[in-house]
Parts: sequence; structure tokens; C-alpha cells
Amino acid sequence: MKNFIAMKSFTATQRRQTWLHIVLFVIALFELKAFGFGNLANAKTTFGFTLAKEWVLIHTWIIGSSTGSYLFSIIALIAAVAAIALIALKKRAGFATAITGVALMMGFLCWAAAGKFIPLTGMLQGSLLLAVPLVFGSMSGLLSERSGVINIAIEGQLLAGAFASGVVASLTHKSALGLLVAPLAGALISLLLATFAIKFSVDQVILGFVLNVLVIGLTDFLYKKLLIPYQATWNSGPSFSRIEIPLIGKLPIIGPIFFNQTLIVYLMYLIVGVITFSLFKTKWGLRTRAVGEHPTAADSVGIDVNKLRFRNVLIAGLVSGLGGAYFTIGSTGSFSKEMTSGAGFIALAALIFGKWTPMGAVSAALLFGFADNLQGTLSIIGVSIPSEFMLMVPYVATIIAVSGLVGRVRAPKADGIHYSRGGSH
Amino acid sequence: MKKFVDRALGTALLPALSFVMAFVISGFVIAFSDSKVLKLAGSPGKFITTALSTVGNAYLALFQGSVYDPNLAHSHGFLRGFYPLSETIVTATPLILTGLAVALAFQSGLFNIGAQGQFIFGAIAASYVGFHFALTPVLHVMLALLAGVLSAALWGGIVGVLKARTGAHEVIVTIMMNYIAGFFILWILKTTTFLRHGRLDPIAPDVNPSSQLPHLAGANFRLHAGILVALAAAYFVWWLLNRTTIGFRFRAVGANAAAAKTAGISVGYVTIATMALCGALAGLGGAVHVLGSEYALTADIAGSFGFDAITVALLGRAKPLGTVFAALLFGALRTGGRTMQSNTTTPLDIVLVIQALIVLFIAAPTLVRFIFRIKNLKTQEALASKGWNG
Amino acid sequence: MSLELKGITKSFGSLLANDSIDLSVGDGEILAILGENGAGKSTLMNIVYGLLQPDAGEIRVNGELVTINEPSDALAAGIGMVHQHFMLIPVFTVLENIILGHEATSKLGKLDLTSAREKLLSLAKDFGFVIDPDALVETLPVGVQQRVEILKALMYDAKVLILDEPTAVLTPQETDELLEVIKRLRTQGTSIIFISHKLREVKAIANRISVIRRGKVVGSAEPSASQEELASLMVGRPVNLAPDKSPNKVSEVILHVADLTISDATGRALVKDVSFDVRGGEVLAIAGVQGNGQSELAQAMINLEPHVTGSITLEGRELVGMSVHQSLHEGIAFIPESRELDGLISSFSIADNLILDTHREKPYSNGVSLSPRAVLAEAELKAKEFDIRAQSIKDPASSLSGGNKQKVVLARELSRPVKLLVASQPTRGLDVGSIEFVHERILAERDAGRAVLLFSTELDEVLALADRIAVMYAGKILAIVDSGVTREKLGLLMAGVVG
Repeated sequence: MKNFIAMKSFTATQRRQTWLHIVLFVIALFELKAFGFGNLANAKTTFGFTLAKEWVLIHTWIIGSSTGSYLFSIIALIAAVAAIALIALKKRAGFATAITGVALMMGFLCWAAAGKFIPLTGMLQGSLLLAVPLVFGSMSGLLSERSGVINIAIEGQLLAGAFASGVVASLTHKSALGLLVAPLAGALISLLLATFAIKFSVDQVILGFVLNVLVIGLTDFLYKKLLIPYQATWNSGPSFSRIEIPLIGKLPIIGPIFFNQTLIVYLMYLIVGVITFSLFKTKWGLRTRAVGEHPTAADSVGIDVNKLRFRNVLIAGLVSGLGGAYFTIGSTGSFSKEMTSGAGFIALAALIFGKWTPMGAVSAALLFGFADNLQGTLSIIGVSIPSEFMLMVPYVATIIAVSGLVGRVRAPKADGIHYSRGGSH
Repeated sequence: MKKFVDRALGTALLPALSFVMAFVISGFVIAFSDSKVLKLAGSPGKFITTALSTVGNAYLALFQGSVYDPNLAHSHGFLRGFYPLSETIVTATPLILTGLAVALAFQSGLFNIGAQGQFIFGAIAASYVGFHFALTPVLHVMLALLAGVLSAALWGGIVGVLKARTGAHEVIVTIMMNYIAGFFILWILKTTTFLRHGRLDPIAPDVNPSSQLPHLAGANFRLHAGILVALAAAYFVWWLLNRTTIGFRFRAVGANAAAAKTAGISVGYVTIATMALCGALAGLGGAVHVLGSEYALTADIAGSFGFDAITVALLGRAKPLGTVFAALLFGALRTGGRTMQSNTTTPLDIVLVIQALIVLFIAAPTLVRFIFRIKNLKTQEALASKGWNG
Repeated sequence: MSLELKGITKSFGSLLANDSIDLSVGDGEILAILGENGAGKSTLMNIVYGLLQPDAGEIRVNGELVTINEPSDALAAGIGMVHQHFMLIPVFTVLENIILGHEATSKLGKLDLTSAREKLLSLAKDFGFVIDPDALVETLPVGVQQRVEILKALMYDAKVLILDEPTAVLTPQETDELLEVIKRLRTQGTSIIFISHKLREVKAIANRISVIRRGKVVGSAEPSASQEELASLMVGRPVNLAPDKSPNKVSEVILHVADLTISDATGRALVKDVSFDVRGGEVLAIAGVQGNGQSELAQAMINLEPHVTGSITLEGRELVGMSVHQSLHEGIAFIPESRELDGLISSFSIADNLILDTHREKPYSNGVSLSPRAVLAEAELKAKEFDIRAQSIKDPASSLSGGNKQKVVLARELSRPVKLLVASQPTRGLDVGSIEFVHERILAERDAGRAVLLFSTELDEVLALADRIAVMYAGKILAIVDSGVTREKLGLLMAGVVG
């Protein structure tokens, strides 16, 4: 208990986490004061839980707006205190932090949607969909950066995948072909990235940036030159329809969110699973991490550093190219100019936010997807917060993350450093 | 003198070759995406001539649109023929300033991707001072420019402070801050202070004439005094880097931060000062753009000035003079691209491809050397950012 | 197994690093390769290990010609190497480091660690090493890390083991233990190539000694040869192993350090409650094995360490809390541990490197704008005074040799009014000629009445220069002793044994 009062004996991480939760605590207090005891009279908030034909556990939940805010802010307060206590005892506080966050959000929703209807399941489903390209992109970044090549070209890879899959699906009327071509388009950008970074030792950050410009220029050009004038043949492709997984697709809430999705989303689950397993449990994963941390050591035990990096960058391109397909054949089927609109950079942010771990990156991508979707939902139901500020959330969150307020963020040690024998620069 | 010429030729060779290759590759892209050309795939002879004429026409339009237009000269007199050139300079003006904002950061070892956001803040502040106040002309211009410079310096300075205090990597922070600035201008143009009376689309009132930058070549040309501001800024950056103690410290930190620190140079101070100065330069770009050519703030005021700035600085090898030339070149491509788009069927966006390819080749001298079989192609030290842990 | 090198030649640009070198080591033999820094020993071994390709020459194993293009070829030929800078991945466990490059997997591609774990544990037991296979390498002491390196080579049946400067990071006691391990390996039939510039160790362990100078084998010697003989063979001229040191005239206390504690970012103390004085006209050497807090203590002298409590006073003025710039200008000259990383800006000219700290002052600038002419003029003078050998002082510092780089650092740091000289590993990696120059300069500062604080891991250097010796172990100063102390006593202190 003495530790608890004197933060002096805390490690830097503990101190930072404690501060984070103190901030959350203060926000909860504010929420309690402003919303819980706010002037909402007898307004009620309605949460909807059903979406499609899933089994119904609960249709709607109606709660007094003040009561809801009051209740959830109290929960958030308690959870924040619990988290601080756990941190002081050097225990894992992740669960308590999650409860604090969710409770804060629910309290906020109770207030923000006073007198209105919030389709909660639909909102979560929408969040997942918005997160799909972010997850693909961050997995691509992970593959590349864990082996030591910085990948800023995710945006370009996504865009190339989107373009190629849209056009091919449109020309052939086969979405499956589009799905096949998308990864190849991403890999083509990766081929440039790998060749210039590894063979010609061009600075990777600069290179990634230039490749993005190249892809944006090319797709914009071809869009105007071919896709607009010949829209019927070039840009009206088919798209995937949702496939409901038997049984689990019917589960209340979870079913429609996760198991009534298009093929691309199921591929995403598979890829995340495979990468998580492979990175930590296979020979390839061990070597990938070794090469990203200490390439000289890997070289000295007979691992071909640059070959492995080259291969990983190519695989990274396959993954983000596939993610690009989500924009076209994964949704409406048609391509539009610069339609990835920065998803590649948010994916990069998710990777960093998630501390270069698969699960961390996926969680961050989902969080960013949620923030994006929340903003949409709130503006549809007509809440008076300017949507622009909601849209800023992922970006502000990333700045906070890299500023170390959430925890120490450390990139793979050799990330971005060209490897050559007898001295790297 | 001969030595000087040799040196100049040597330094210009790599950019020149990169330039040629970029245009050749883009030529293929133009030809192979043209429906007229593609239809002739059956008859090789016609195919090649049509392809060549398509590409030739596109590049000719690009030149006419950016340097000299004989048609215009024919109808309005010789000097009016240079109207495209004046437009090139108008486009290049903000590019020079944003390019300098990136180049200066490179010299201090920082990669400033944030010129876009810094430009936006400069434009917002200059626009506000421009339309909200009524002052005597010279003073008004000065104040509006100053407002743009200061607000963007603060915005850029945040990046420096975050990097110096917490180690947050400037590449990530500036990317994120560009988005934030983008949303911020969308929002501010909806506020009653900024939204032009009687309009629903996001546009601010025109700045008062007293705050507009004077035209340099009469009413027929949009050429304005901003170019002088930009050239002065380029000279200032050169002087700062090469002739002052502050610039010495900037370069020292850029070249080896650890050694600079050991010798008593405050890396944190340099980081903050650099980012604030870079913000100031990009913000000046935004201010000059609003006060010199646009007059009204719109959501798209920054166009791609902030992003092109990076290719400009890279092409200019992060040197002030190089940046000026690179900005003029890319300004010409942009301006000519518009003419090319309207006169031929070739969209403006090919310009982005050309830009990217030029920078890509310049960054990989080994490749250029290999393609042209030149043994001793002169290259300067490669520009490098620092990895995430740097 | 025997290994034979014939006519190995390797050049980097105009530098001939290896000039047709012939060497051989027989079954169960320990061959020591002796040579000073920069003689070409590491280049040669990197060729044998496949990290570099020779321009000419051949390598024979058991009489048969082998081609070694990659480390994997060397490993396959039974050649293992313990590198001077450990080839271990800090964030991996011991076991992960051991299996890297030789991974066994199950059918599904999952890593299979069980057999490697068993083999590692039994091998460790054979040598009496206590090793936790699941410990993260970054948490292990340097000595243990080296054992992991040795085990790594043995796990894959290395029959020839190359040890490149293996004792540089060890205490004298750990060194003795390592020598025992090496002897054990020999009796088991492993051939050893032991690379060192330390005469004592070479004499203690080698069956044969080959000496390399400027890329050539200049001779061989028996272990019974005297240290002086070996030294002059290594350097090419008679060497005075101990510089001439006159008795010192000690004046009043100049540097006073009291209860100094230095922590890292996570709050872990790296230097704990250290106190000492240095007087004018004396050299206080801080001895100890690398990684015991000396680097941090040295850095803290000019406030390069962010988390410091306690007090450092220079002639009574408190330094803690000042900026680096202020502390340097209080009268400290600072020779950093790594001249490449911290001492010089390699892309800057020699002249610019000489004003890194003083560029704000006259005559180099008026505070705002620089005067290039004055900078060049001063640089010419310094280059002469410190015998900096360069084509032009406008050349980048990267064009200089190691010794000349250190002279630039010395010239810069001694150009301010100095009360205290802090020198951290000032001769690391230098050739003997440069070492002599640096030693003379340090003693000259002492004789001129300045206080000198010398950090060195080289026992010979400490004994040659110091008037008093403080031994650091685990962040603490265990004892401050007179320079007449015996090597044995110093060795015990460096291992943390008091009494």
C-alpha cells in the first residue's frame, strides 16, 4: 500500500500506466458530473442488438439516459481504481483497463444518444468492416518490419490491390479472378520496395513514400483514362456477397458481427491466425525475428539475411494487396480515385500502436475501425459533436501512443537499417 | 572555369538521366493506356507511329502549358506567349517554400512529412488576418504573412517538442498531424467566423485587397510577389545552414546526433527549432498561396503542395538551390499537366508518376549507373531518414 | 581436425588487409594469433568463417580443399567462431539463440525445442556451466553470454573453434576460467585459434604463436618467448611497455564526486552512491570490467546522463544539473568511449570537427555567423600541434585512420581552458604508435597540474598511467588503491571480491 501512494518506487512503465488510468479516472468523473447528473430530464436511450436473422437473445435495451451515464461512469471509476491497484501490485491490468474504456464509451453513448436509437450490433459490425483493410495493412507492415524493412508503402499496396482486383473482376466478370490478382498487384509494389531497399540500399522511409506517390499517380491516371470513359467494361465489377457460417453465424450479437461476412473477411481471420502462429512458433518466425533484431548474428549462423527479407517483403505485399481487394470486390465492386484514402497510414499507425505484435496490431485496427464507425453513427443519429473531431481520434491516439504515454513502443532493432556484410550504415 | 563546368555537369548528370528515364517510362504508360493506340495492336507499323504521336502530343502540350505557348503569342503578342511560364512560377512559389520546409528538416536529420498540415495552418491564419482586418496595405500583408508563419511554426513545433521530450518519431507524428490538420480546416470552414456569408460549401471570404500580394507583371499575369518571398526564403535557408552557428548545429545534429550531443550541442533544442522553422517555411507557403493567388481559403487550399514538397526536396537533394530548381520543374509539370489534360486525352496525373520515377532513380544511382553503363557517375551522399528507433 | 590457410590475400580498396597469409592449426592444438589492432586478424578470421571472400588463397580442412562462401559452409566444415562482438540476439532466450539456423521442426512446421534443450543441458553439464535455457540473453552477465556463444559453436560439432579477442570483456578471474575451458576443449580434440593482442594470455595458453603485422605473418614464436620479444615482433620495433612516468606533484582537490547515483530510464541504478576526489597533477584511473557502470559514470561527468542524483563539483562549483555545454565550459575535456559514434561527425570536415564545441566563440564566429577563414586557420595550427596526418583539413573525418581520429578529438577537447580531463577508453582499438601518443598527452596534462580521470578496462593501461586506481564493480567503487597494487589484487577487486 505504501508503494501505492509513493509512485517514486514505481518503474517508468508503472508510472506511465498509472498516469494513464488517473486520466481515465478524471474523464469518468467528468462524465459522471456532466452526463450522469446532467440535464437530460427523462430522456431514454435505446440500444438495438439485432441485425439480421440471428437467434435473438435481446432485441433492444432501453435505459434512462441519466441513469445509464451515471451507472456506467461509476463502473468506469471503479474499474480505473482497480486497474491502478493492479498496476501497483505489478499484476496485469489489461482487463480492468478494457472495462474502464468500454464503460466510459457506454456512458458517453447513453448521454450522446439521449432519446435516440443506437444499433449497437450494427455499429460493431460496421467497425469490423472498417477495420478489415487496416488489419490487412498492419499485417503487411508486420511481416516486412519484423524482418527489418520499414514498409511505408502499405497505402500504395492497398491501392494497387484495390485497383487491380476491381479492374480484373470487371473485365472478366469474375470476382474470384479479382481476388487472385489483388495480392499480385500488392506484391509488385513490394518487389519494387524490396529491390530498391535491399539491392540498391535506398532509404526505406523515403522509398516507401515515393512508391505511394507512384501508385497514386498511376491509378489516378488510369482511372481517368480508362475507368471513367469505359466504365461499363472497366469499372463495374461484381462483388462478393456475405456468407453466413452455419450455427455460429446465428449466435446472437457475435454471429452477425463475425460470422456473416464476405470471403475476404474470413481470409483475414485465417491470415491473422497463420501469422500469429508462424511468427512465434515456427522456424520461419524465429528467423524473421532474428533478422529484424540482429541481422549480423543471423548471418553468422548461416541465415541469408537479405533473401529472407526480400521474401518477407514480397509476402507482405501479397497480404496488403489482398486487403486492397476489400475496397472493390469486397464491397461495391467499383474502383474510385484514391479510394484507400490513407488506410495504409492508419494501418501503419495500428502496427506501431500495437507494438509490432500481431494481436496488438489487430486490436489497434479494431479500435480505429470503431472510432471511425462511431463518428459515422453519431452523425447519422444527429449528435452535436462535429464529426471532424471524431475523425481525428485514430490520429490523435497514434500520436499519444508513439509519445510513450501508453507504454514503451520499441520497433524491431534493425528495422529500416540496410544490411550488408562488414558494416551496415 | 572548366573545372566548375565539369563539376556542374557531373552533378547534373544523374538528375538528367533520371529525368529522361522517367519520361520514357511514363511515355509507355501513356501509349499503352490509350484506346486509339491499343486498337492498332494488330498492325505494328501504325501502332508505333500512333503511340509515338500520342506521347509526343502529350509531352508537347506539357511543354506548351508550362513554358511558352506559341498560339497565345500569335494572338496576344510575343510576351503573352510566356503566360504558361508565369503560371509555372505561381505554382512553384508555394512548392519552393514547402520544399524548403522538408529540405531543412533533412539537414537536421529529420524527415518532415508534415508540410501539408503546416501549410494548412499557415493558410488558415493568413486568410483570417486577411479577411477579418482592414489595415494599410504593406502592414496588412506583413501581418497576414506573419500570422501564417507563426501559427504554422507552432504547429510544426509541436512535432519537435514531442520528439525532443518523448522520442516520438517525427515521421509518424507528422503523418498523423496532416490528417488532423485536414479535418481541422474542414471544421473551421463550417464555423460562422470562416464560412463566407451566404455560402453553404466550405469557402472563406476573399482576403481584403490590402492584404493581397502585389502582381509583378501586370494584370494579364497572375505572377505575384510571392516568388520573391520564396527566393528570399531559399537564400535565408542557405545562409542559415552554411554561414551561421545555428545552422552548424543543425547540420551537426543531422549528421551525428550522438557526437553533437557529446560536444555540448543540445539535440532537443535543435529538433524543436528545426521543426518550428520548417513549420514556419511551410506556413509561409500557405500564406503566400492564399494572399498571392487564391485569396479565399477552401478545404482543398493545400492541394498536394505539402506532399509534392517531399519529392521536391528529395530531387533537390535537400539543398536550398536544388530545391528551388526542383520546385520550378515540378511546378512546370503541374501547370503543363493541366494543359495536357485539357488539350489531349492524357490526364494530369501522369505528372505524379513522372515525379515519383525521377526521385526513385535519383535515389538509386547504382541502377542508373548499371542501365547507362557509366562507371563513374557522380553521386552525392544518399539522403537518409532514420529508422523507427533513431 | 586440422585447418590450413595458404596465401590468403584480401584488400579493401588500396588497403591490403591480408597479404598472402599462411597458417595452420593441427588436431588438438591451440594456435594463438597475435597482432595489434588493425593488423588484419579479424579480416583473416572473417574469411575463414565465410563472412568475407578472399581475393586469393585457399583453405584446407584435413588436407582437403574447401570453398567457404557463407558462414553455413564454415559451419558445415566444422569451423565454429566466437565473435568479439557476441552474435546473440538480446531479446531471444538462450535456447532460441542456440537453435537459430539449425532449427528442428515437427511435421506441421512447429519449432521443436526438446532435443536441442536436452543436448544443450548435457553439454553445459559436461563443462560445469550453469545455464538456464529459457533466460533472455539480455538479462545475462557478459561472462555467461560468452559461454552461450561457446556452447552454440559446440552444439553443432565445431572441430575448429575460433575465438576472436575473447577476453576483452572478462574479468581476470573469468579469463582464467575461460582459459581452463579452452584447455579442456583441446584435450577433447578440438583445435583452437585464439586471437588476441594480450601477451600474457597468449603465453599462458598457446601451443604455438603466429604474429601478424600489417596484414602479413611476420613470424612465429614459442610460448616461452618473453613479453618484450613478442611485443617487438608484434609492433616491428622495440617497444617500451610502460611509458616514462615522472613522480607527480599533487595539488588541491579539483574534482569532488559525492554520493553519485545514476539510473536508467526504467529507474534501475547503474551507478550507486559513488564518491571520490581527483587532485590536480594526478591520474585517477577507474578500472573494472566493461559494463559495471564506468560508461555511465564517465558520461555523467559532463551531464550526458539524464537521471543523476548526488553531487559533482569542479573546484567547488556544482556541475549536476548543468547542460553538457555548460559543463564542458566549466573546464572539462572529454574523450568519449567511442570516437566513431560520439567523438566525431564523420561526414564533417576535420576543421569543422575541431570546432564542434567552440563554434559559438571568437574567432570562429561572432555568435551568429561563422567565419570559415578563422575556422580553417585554427584547424591548420591544431593539425600541426597534434600531428594530425591528413591530406587536407577540409577532408571529411571519415578519411582518417583511427589514431588520427583520436588526435582530432584530443586536439578539440584540449583546446579549451581545461581543469579536468576525462578520458574514457582513450586507446581502444588504436595501434601501438597512437597509443604511445595518447598516453604521452595524458601524462603531459597531469604534469601540467590538471586532474585526470581515466576510464579503462585495460589493466596494462591502468597500471601504466594511474597514480591511484578505483575499481568499479556492479555500479559501485569497491576500493581506491595505490598504483603499486599487484595485478592479482586488482583482478580480485574487478571480480567483486573485497578483502
